Amino acid sequence: MKAETLAILNTERAARRPVILVTDISDGTQRLVKAADFGADPLHAELDKQLRMGKSAMVESDGKKLFLNVYAPTARLVIIGAVHISQALAPLARSLDYDVTVVDPRTAFASPERFPDVKLIAEWPDEALPGLNIDHYTAFVAVTHDPKIDDPALLHAFEKNCFYIGALGSRKTHAKRADRLKAQGVSEADFARIKAPIGLNIGAVSPSEIAVSIMAEITAELRIPKTIPAELSKVSNP
Amino acid sequence: MLNRDEDILQAAEAWQKAGHGVALATVVETWGSAPRPAGSNLVINDDGTFLGSVSGGCVEGAVVTEALDVIASGEPKLLEFGVADETAWNVGLSCGGTIRVFVEKVGQS
Repeated sequence: MKAETLAILNTERAARRPVILVTDISDGTQRLVKAADFGADPLHAELDKQLRMGKSAMVESDGKKLFLNVYAPTARLVIIGAVHISQALAPLARSLDYDVTVVDPRTAFASPERFPDVKLIAEWPDEALPGLNIDHYTAFVAVTHDPKIDDPALLHAFEKNCFYIGALGSRKTHAKRADRLKAQGVSEADFARIKAPIGLNIGAVSPSEIAVSIMAEITAELRIPKTIPAELSKVSNP
Repeated sequence: MLNRDEDILQAAEAWQKAGHGVALATVVETWGSAPRPAGSNLVINDDGTFLGSVSGGCVEGAVVTEALDVIASGEPKLLEFGVADETAWNVGLSCGGTIRVFVEKVGQS
């Protein structure tokens, strides 16, 4: 590996930008491909797939064995609301290797006793979120039920293009949320990104089950390809 | 847990800048119950100091020895360890898996 390649690799990783190192293991020649450049790469399908899976793998190309080493940023989960669901969600997300942060200005909720071993910020979203460097590799969940807390947090999530944005609330609550956020200038496309009611429908009842349904939905958003093959879309739209 | 190798590669860069000979070992293929997934890194400098892991401790000793050769020669090597390989058994990949480890020098021109 060239010293220059290692320097770029470390710079990209520090900036939380995904890269894949492609190495021909027969002679050690290699190239570093930034995610933004995948489209122009001859291996773009393989690069896309391995990054989505977050998995390094050997591939064959033109009779050569190439090792694709995926360096993807650690996924983060930001939870707005130190509520009962969050107490179940935080440890579950940690077991799935997410860096978890809980934000809630209500100190009675955001107490270390309720959230042992979790990064906890007892501040309003407007104060807490800018310092967290939220980015695309962040799943963002708003579960306070309180528009004063959830709404400004969601605005921040849109701005940072989080890969998953979910908000707790019934369809009725969500309709009211639509009125409020659109009055604040949120576009139709951004609003449509909110998963609400939050979580996959698995009939969840308890906070722990709701946490499972939320993490299942986040996992699907992270791993399932965005582009649906043409033949599948035909089946679903007869 | 799989993505926390950042300190290792930063150490490799720091060692290289400080004038050390440095090698990077990477798990490139695994079969059976391998302790560390493909992509795991181990970095080694010419003092024999190493950081990271390719097998959770089973074959690191052998990889470090080979890495010192790679630092000296500049030629990359592909190593294989598994229960079928007597040498590997001796160095102890006793979990029953097989792994291939690519070792390259850092600072190739």
